[in-house]
Amino acid sequence: MPFIPHTDDDTGKMLAEIGAESVADLFDEIPDELRIKSLDRVPEAVSEMEIARLMQDRARMDSGALNFIGAGAYEHHVPAAVWEIATRGEFYTAYTPYQAEASQGTLQLIYEYQTMMSGLTGMEVSNASLYDGASALAEACLMAVRANRASKSRRILVAGALHPMYRQVADVICAAQEIEFIDLPFCSEGGHCVLQSLDKYSGEDLTAVIVQQPNFLGVLEEVDAICDWARAQKALTIAVVNPTSLALLTPPGEWGDQGADIVCGEGQPLGIPLSSGGPYFGFMTTRLALVRQMPGRLVGRTVDLDGKRGFTLTLQAREQHIRRSKATSNICTNQGLMVTAATIYMSLLGAEGLARVAGAAHRRTGELCAALCELPGVERVFNRPFFHEVVIRLDRPVAPVLAMLADHEVFGGLDLTPSHPQLGNALLLCATETKNAADIVRYRDLLAEILNRESAAG
Amino acid sequence: MSDKLIFEHSRSGRRASAQAPLAATANDLPEKFLRRSPPLLPEVSELQTVRHYTRLSQKNFSIDTHFYPLGSCTMKYNPRACNQLAMLPGFLARHPLGPESHGQGFMSCMYELQEMLKAVTGMKEVSLTPMAGAQGEFAGVAMIRAYHRSRNDNDRNEILVPDAAHGTNPATATMCGYSTREIPTGKNGDVDIEALKAAVGPQTAGIMLTNPSTVGVFDRSIQEMSRIVHSAGGLLYYDGANLNAILGKVAPGDMGFDVIHMNLHKTFSTPHGGGGPGSGAVGVGDRLKEFLPLPVVGKDGDRYRWLTEADFPQSIGRLSAFMGNAGVLLRAYVYMRLLGRKGMERVSENAALGANYLMKKLQDAGFELAYPERRASHEFIVTLKKEKSELGVTAMDFAKCLLDHGYHAPTTYFPLLVPECLLIEPTECEAKEDLDGFVAAMIAIREQAKTDPEKVKGAPYTMPVRRLDDVRAARQLDLRWQPGAEN
Repeated sequence: MPFIPHTDDDTGKMLAEIGAESVADLFDEIPDELRIKSLDRVPEAVSEMEIARLMQDRARMDSGALNFIGAGAYEHHVPAAVWEIATRGEFYTAYTPYQAEASQGTLQLIYEYQTMMSGLTGMEVSNASLYDGASALAEACLMAVRANRASKSRRILVAGALHPMYRQVADVICAAQEIEFIDLPFCSEGGHCVLQSLDKYSGEDLTAVIVQQPNFLGVLEEVDAICDWARAQKALTIAVVNPTSLALLTPPGEWGDQGADIVCGEGQPLGIPLSSGGPYFGFMTTRLALVRQMPGRLVGRTVDLDGKRGFTLTLQAREQHIRRSKATSNICTNQGLMVTAATIYMSLLGAEGLARVAGAAHRRTGELCAALCELPGVERVFNRPFFHEVVIRLDRPVAPVLAMLADHEVFGGLDLTPSHPQLGNALLLCATETKNAADIVRYRDLLAEILNRESAAG
Repeated sequence: MSDKLIFEHSRSGRRASAQAPLAATANDLPEKFLRRSPPLLPEVSELQTVRHYTRLSQKNFSIDTHFYPLGSCTMKYNPRACNQLAMLPGFLARHPLGPESHGQGFMSCMYELQEMLKAVTGMKEVSLTPMAGAQGEFAGVAMIRAYHRSRNDNDRNEILVPDAAHGTNPATATMCGYSTREIPTGKNGDVDIEALKAAVGPQTAGIMLTNPSTVGVFDRSIQEMSRIVHSAGGLLYYDGANLNAILGKVAPGDMGFDVIHMNLHKTFSTPHGGGGPGSGAVGVGDRLKEFLPLPVVGKDGDRYRWLTEADFPQSIGRLSAFMGNAGVLLRAYVYMRLLGRKGMERVSENAALGANYLMKKLQDAGFELAYPERRASHEFIVTLKKEKSELGVTAMDFAKCLLDHGYHAPTTYFPLLVPECLLIEPTECEAKEDLDGFVAAMIAIREQAKTDPEKVKGAPYTMPVRRLDDVRAARQLDLRWQPGAEN
């Protein structure tokens, strides 16, 4: 049997020691009527060779397309060393570092990760990660309600174009906490949150303001002004950011006069493959003053009995295994393995390398946008600065065009019609540094052909 | 072994230059959006990075290197094939929003995984989207809430939780807007039925149960509990933390549970990864089908497609930006196919064999069991209260000494109701001689405690660090390295 070491002789000796006649005796406390009658719907076992063949065939079915979709999951180059090291058994098969002395590898790595994320976001403390960007935002909202004692309203303002899935997840996870989300529209010309749209709420009791930079549509928001406005209302600013962008863009800790209060986002761009949406990791950083309201694990530096530097989980009194129903969250794990990969990724790239990735990704999207907008019937939608993701509009419905592109193994972007019908036939594009000039030409030529053919046919 | 932080290897201007695009690119971003100084990241070579993190890994205990009998965590072998096949380039490169036409390979795996999980749990529908056990719990209790609300049964405000439950259970109930009431555990390890009867009422939304429970026994009164809670109008939530103990033997659906979460990182052998990613797939019976979290994979003819709000208008909604921890799910799928039908049963049989054997050997060696008259499930509890009162050494001291003997410690001080406890789960993967070695280490530690208790209290001695000052860690918070900080 796979993965079971006992020989018949071992089993016999072990049963004799137990004083049982058979393995079946070990289950004699379970009422007979509860026994499973049939497992027919589970297939018979296959060998490693057979399952490898099957999985290779299936992986091949999904392979080969040139991808220009971003929308919260970005295709970046992952250095070879990242997963070579992250999947070492000592990282891959360890558990939560409860026994600190036997987990210094994981603990020191998380401390280094916390340092890197604090630096990247310009904040004082980082936790050891959460599940993904969307759930991290939901946790940030719950944290804001705990942390902002000056506010009684539990009202959270969403300033502009937040990722629609993040918005939905925040709704689901906060559903029982009587939090009211107020969605402000984005500007139809600029794609950003217009500051005047905030005026209507000036002087009101707001718990927090959420702003995403760059926003879901790739557009850069006036984060300094929004952050300062939020502070004037005694609302906390929750920043949702792309970590790659922070190699170039102002970190939330420096937004406005005093910076954002809670920063969160999707860690996937830092060395995590697209992998159909997960596992990724959510990150969260904040001010030191708010650390006790923060959810998730934290690693702190301390000393051992001999005075030597060491690392351990700390402030665990916030957590579910101690505080139970009064915990800051029900979260138990972090996304340890993904954080391991991200920490190695950030070490390899450094600030300069990450800035090159961000710069190259941004430039490629700009080139792609310019190339496509040369075609008749294709135009850029917003006139504001963007970062590495941009919205274009076609002169006809997007879905059939994307399907034809996919028939030619090009994923042409995300159709925004279902989520943002007010934008017309709009499409969200992303190139990243993984695309070269030939890839852009291929997309442009294919799109030209499809638009021509359809126009002729129509 | 070097004890430096990666930042302490850093030198200004040093880089791993092959890893980033070659040309530095001027960008068109307006000045006011740009950061003024670069972020604090290390400047190190590729070799330094590889060596540093390889060496850090060597400071960990792990399943691949050590017996890791952490109770309630099911630290079984994580087959390498599961990792390799989940990391095939075609799976890694697939964008979550790519068209269904180009995801049929991945989606077929997910559909078949859903079907296999339904079969082994006896549930009617499965959603794979929750990203950890605790998120599965959240989904489950949110569905219970949605169910009561759909029936305009809005006064149910309480979730019952046994006192031995994982802390995530009451924390989840709170997140879902419920208060919790604890039900005591009886002397024999089963839930106190009379206390349960007294606790249920029109305020009862449901009960969260783990069976076998966290005290390491199968609760024999489960059918009666099910009747009691259902007749009060509440629903039953199954915490799948201990599913490994009954895999292929008993289906939670047959025990009367309305909703369950499965920890794929326990029972289905996906890696623990130093604390995640997990995966907390949920299964539901007929009452809760329409409330499942999304997306779910459906099948029309021979095509697979995502089922969405259009198919499940009453869904509790989405828990992640995409579909959860897809790569973890692929690993679980490969594992289940390698096990097959018979292998499922063999898992629980051999998990029970290992646990009962280890329990008996420790009992024979004079260690006190918390529930000596009961069979072990896949785990059991030793209480060291006698060692504490007679020798002055605690469960924590034993745990630290075990590290020096080359064994990861069992779970200590959980469940909270048994004093000085070790919760020990050997899993089906550990050979008899390794179990014997663990017993020998426990005996040796007790012998040492008799002759030299101070030595035991000072352990460990062979780890990268000795016992750490947790109080200092919490009082003098140091959560990140800062340039110029003392070492």
